Amino acid sequence: MNIFIKYALVIYFLPLLAFIIQTFFGNKLPRKGDWVSIGAILITLTLAISMFAGMLLNYDPDFVVQESFTWMNLGNFKIEIGFLIDNMTIIMLLVVALISSMSHIYSIKYMEGDPRYHRYFSFLSLFTFSMNGIVLADNLVLLYMSWELVGLSSYLLIGFWFEKDSASNAGKKAFLTNRVGDIGFFIGIMLFFTAIGSFSYSDLFAGVQAGKIAGATLTVAGIGLFMGAVGKSAQFPLHIWLPDAMEGPTPVSALIHAATMVAAGVYMMVRLFGVMTADALLVVAYIGGFTALFASLIAITRKDIKQVLAYSTVSQLGYMILSVGTGAYIAAFFHLLTHAMFKANLFFGAGSVIHSMHHGLHKIDDHDTDPQDMNNMGGLKSKMPVTYISMLVGSLAISGVPFFSGFLSKDAILAGTLAYASHNPAHFLLPVFGFGAALLTAFYMFRMIFLTFHNEPKREDIFGHIHESPAVMKLPLILLSILSLFIFYTLPHFNPFSDMGWFKHLMEYKDSFVPGGILAHSTEEGLHHSHMTAMIMSLIVAAFGIGLAWLMYFKRSISAEKVALAIKPLYRLSSGKFFIDELYTKILYKPVLKLADAVAYLDWDLYDKYFINGFGRVTTFLSNIVGKIDYEGIDQTLVDGIGRSANRAGKVLRVIQTGRVQQYILFALTAIIILLIWKAS
Amino acid sequence: MDTMYLSWLVWLPVAGMVVIAFIPRDKTEIIKTVAAVATGLQVWVAILLWLDFDSASGTIQFAEKLAWIPSFNIFYHLGVDGLSLPMVMLTPILSFLAVFVSWKTDRAVKGYFTLFLLLDTGMIGVFLALDFFLFYVFWEVMLLPMYFLIGIWGGPKREYAAIKFFLFTLFGSVLMLVAILALYFYCGQTFDMLVLIDTAPMALDGVLWWGISAIKVIWILLFIGFAIKVPVFPFHTWLPLAHVEAPTAISVILAGVLLKLGVYGLLRVNYGMLPDGVMWFAGAIAFLGLVNVIWGGLCALAQTDLKKLVAYSSINHMGYALIGMAAVIAASSANGSNFGAAEAGLTGAVFQMFNHGTISAMLFILVGVIYDRAHHRDINGFGGLAKQMPIFTAVAGVAFFAGLGLPGMSGFVSEFMCFVGAFPVFRTIVIISAFGILLNAAYFLWAFQRIFFGELNEKYTKLPDINGRELFAVIPLAVITILLGVYPGPFLDMIKETMTVIIDQVVIWGDMAVLP
Repeated sequence: MNIFIKYALVIYFLPLLAFIIQTFFGNKLPRKGDWVSIGAILITLTLAISMFAGMLLNYDPDFVVQESFTWMNLGNFKIEIGFLIDNMTIIMLLVVALISSMSHIYSIKYMEGDPRYHRYFSFLSLFTFSMNGIVLADNLVLLYMSWELVGLSSYLLIGFWFEKDSASNAGKKAFLTNRVGDIGFFIGIMLFFTAIGSFSYSDLFAGVQAGKIAGATLTVAGIGLFMGAVGKSAQFPLHIWLPDAMEGPTPVSALIHAATMVAAGVYMMVRLFGVMTADALLVVAYIGGFTALFASLIAITRKDIKQVLAYSTVSQLGYMILSVGTGAYIAAFFHLLTHAMFKANLFFGAGSVIHSMHHGLHKIDDHDTDPQDMNNMGGLKSKMPVTYISMLVGSLAISGVPFFSGFLSKDAILAGTLAYASHNPAHFLLPVFGFGAALLTAFYMFRMIFLTFHNEPKREDIFGHIHESPAVMKLPLILLSILSLFIFYTLPHFNPFSDMGWFKHLMEYKDSFVPGGILAHSTEEGLHHSHMTAMIMSLIVAAFGIGLAWLMYFKRSISAEKVALAIKPLYRLSSGKFFIDELYTKILYKPVLKLADAVAYLDWDLYDKYFINGFGRVTTFLSNIVGKIDYEGIDQTLVDGIGRSANRAGKVLRVIQTGRVQQYILFALTAIIILLIWKAS
Repeated sequence: MDTMYLSWLVWLPVAGMVVIAFIPRDKTEIIKTVAAVATGLQVWVAILLWLDFDSASGTIQFAEKLAWIPSFNIFYHLGVDGLSLPMVMLTPILSFLAVFVSWKTDRAVKGYFTLFLLLDTGMIGVFLALDFFLFYVFWEVMLLPMYFLIGIWGGPKREYAAIKFFLFTLFGSVLMLVAILALYFYCGQTFDMLVLIDTAPMALDGVLWWGISAIKVIWILLFIGFAIKVPVFPFHTWLPLAHVEAPTAISVILAGVLLKLGVYGLLRVNYGMLPDGVMWFAGAIAFLGLVNVIWGGLCALAQTDLKKLVAYSSINHMGYALIGMAAVIAASSANGSNFGAAEAGLTGAVFQMFNHGTISAMLFILVGVIYDRAHHRDINGFGGLAKQMPIFTAVAGVAFFAGLGLPGMSGFVSEFMCFVGAFPVFRTIVIISAFGILLNAAYFLWAFQRIFFGELNEKYTKLPDINGRELFAVIPLAVITILLGVYPGPFLDMIKETMTVIIDQVVIWGDMAVLP
């Protein structure tokens, strides 16, 4: 067995083991067993780093190992399950292990004193296990199973503080919304399986290449798979769960709802890019592009610091999806990688702010003020310098400022969009989405920075109690800030304006498997051509966005209130999140519940009560009639009637039974005479 | 014939009954122990049987055949194959666990356990009988104790529920009896099911009754008889009522075993003896499966009584099995001889019926646990129990998530197989019923939230957590559910050869016949 597979097996099963130990014994272990989960994830991280190092040593773009076993075999129906390890797997394993480790360490302090501390760590381990299943899968079955299992761990962690209705609602909403997407995903899987007869990626690719599934069916199947990504990666119109998911503990938001799980949709799309037809990709591009812009439009009016980041995540995932749709899927994966670092960083930063706000509010016995509301913050820069700098770095990265990682990946995505639009001018909207979102991203991120960290504190009473977070919370911030610098993605090169480096070498574009599909070299050419334009434009929009935020929220030379008033309808739409939730309540949740009530009423109170029991009633009615006929008609009237008539006849005839012989002789004679007369005539 | 596993399985509960008959009625602990020992031994025999079972064979194994009423060609004939084995395993397991679930029964204990053991014999007898007459006898033997167990030990509306259950089932069994007699007289006056499987398709070929094929008529008669058990919409309304009124252990048996008789009967009798009818009727089965899935799901969503919710979830879940069963026609040449899909669907259906047995049993036991403590089952009347009963919450979480088809648990695998198998032939039906899994998740999650999440209802701050005896009844089922969900391969290997035989039977006859 290949050494990479062995490593992968340990990486896969170790968190599962930790989950089992934590679930059954966590409460009884010293420190409530947090070291079990943390130990497991750190070993995982070490192995992931080793694999990563091995990948760099190989430096082979075509590196791939695969190993599978038969999960079930019915003769003609067979499911093989196994691991596929290539450069993308290894990079993703490292991302998951790294962010997960950071999240574990950060949680030691963040979750300190929680009554279900051990449960929290067991859920984190469950998540890591499930997520690695998605990363390692070499087939659609393991992918789908892990897909649902991350959904479970997400559900458990969003609703971790289940006493709060908002938290348990959010967990349920996340699970159900994801299931909507998963239905499409499942239908896509069935379409592929029916046509190709296998679930494994390699058979899928070969089958598509051989034309076993083509045309509209292939498009529909591809869109089906994409629906899974729409759910998991919170794309419009299934984005609604992710902002609510912020009810979960912040380290969870960083790990699951920013860096890794929500990126699983993108990961899957990148993996299976080769089976997407041009039509399917167009749908993908529009959904992604629209989501990118749409979510950032909502983000600009959020008051809650985590909500800003949540919508920003939706928007950034939209970018990645857009990029897949335009064919630049390696750029999408690149952005997934850089985004994981800076977005986790931002969430950890926000967590640090919330943690200390919470602490401050606790100190002054204020339990009504929302510790996540940016309107209660301001000026935290001096109190929390490490948090400030790391969040600033994260914001610079996500806004696409040079020397930071986000600049490189965002630039690649925007270049891909431009290239696509220049080949297909009808789809000019896609770059408009992209650049529009870039502008807004820079704006809302710096709005957040200025509101939170700059100017005078808005609540002097809390301000005195605010202080920097402890070391285990600072460590992830510092580490991830460093990893948001460009250099880690361009090595062995040092050019901050070009994504030439190990990543680009190891992650090559490949030709699509769809006959007549996108070819690698045309994508690369397009990217190359549009690179310069995209870079200049993205620099301009980023500068504009940051500048606008600076004017409105730092200098305050433009009043945010006045702007809001001037564009009131738009402001209302943005602050109401475009009323999507309300719309779903009206056209979906309520009607379905009403339908359920109606069906249940029909089933129980009408069908069963009247129709089914009707048989009983009809039978009782009939048996009553039959009983009546039987008793009164046959028994009482007919049977007894015979008796009664005999009786009556007896009474009549008794009269002639006198006992006198003479009389009898007289009767006899009379009878004889009558008889004779009758005979003679 | 070296080991008579099957007779042991059938007669062990009867032996227990006989022993109980000699125990004074006030020695309840001894009576319960005897019941536990009898069913426990039965589990042991079932395990021995399973270990000895040859997975590579698709035919009947461990057959026992003795003349019973020779003048009518009636035999005591038992046997087991891959179709019945899962249920022959499940019946003793659930019966054994149900004894512990009913441990706190205090009314007429002697009568209860006597009837319970009789029920056990009836159930396992139906799965093992290979003589139609014997089959019918066991079928009726099962009905009677069930009637009394619901009618005497049930909830407030127990008599109504018992009568309804009885009449529904009796209606079905009368139709079944007609069909059995028809088969008897048309196919050489034999009740031997194995012989009938060989001869019936030929003997009934071309027989017309009132201008339609006799096969169709017999199909429908049997179908209704079995459909009532499944239950298939619109023959389902006895189920929520019976489940709600029955004592916990009996609900467990009802959902876990009795419902399976329907699917089992359809596969054994309809698919085996009337294979040409399958092609004709499979579409209807798939459609009814869809109705079950959606209708059951919607009804479950609307319930406020937890037990009724679980009951409707059974209707929802058996719908998946029906859809899987219908997939068998994928193997016919008219549908492109897609044997893979037929195997997936049919094996998935059998697997689904086993899984529903374990999962719904778990759910009913857990409903019983909460009912014993709170004395009501109103979903809206709890709240926040996760805080008060953490272990119960965890176990219920496993059961609920198993119920909503979470991967890693057995229900997912069988639902997946049913859908994947049926997809090539019944594309639209499968796509629509895929939305059933959304309803499925919705009603379970919503109920879970209302019961366990939120602030703790102050009425229940003293509610004790699940106790050892109750855990003992649930944990084995949870373990089975998870093991089969993680690695179903070996279990499916037991079933698959028999499924191949059924598929071949359906395909050979189905490809030839056009029924008038």
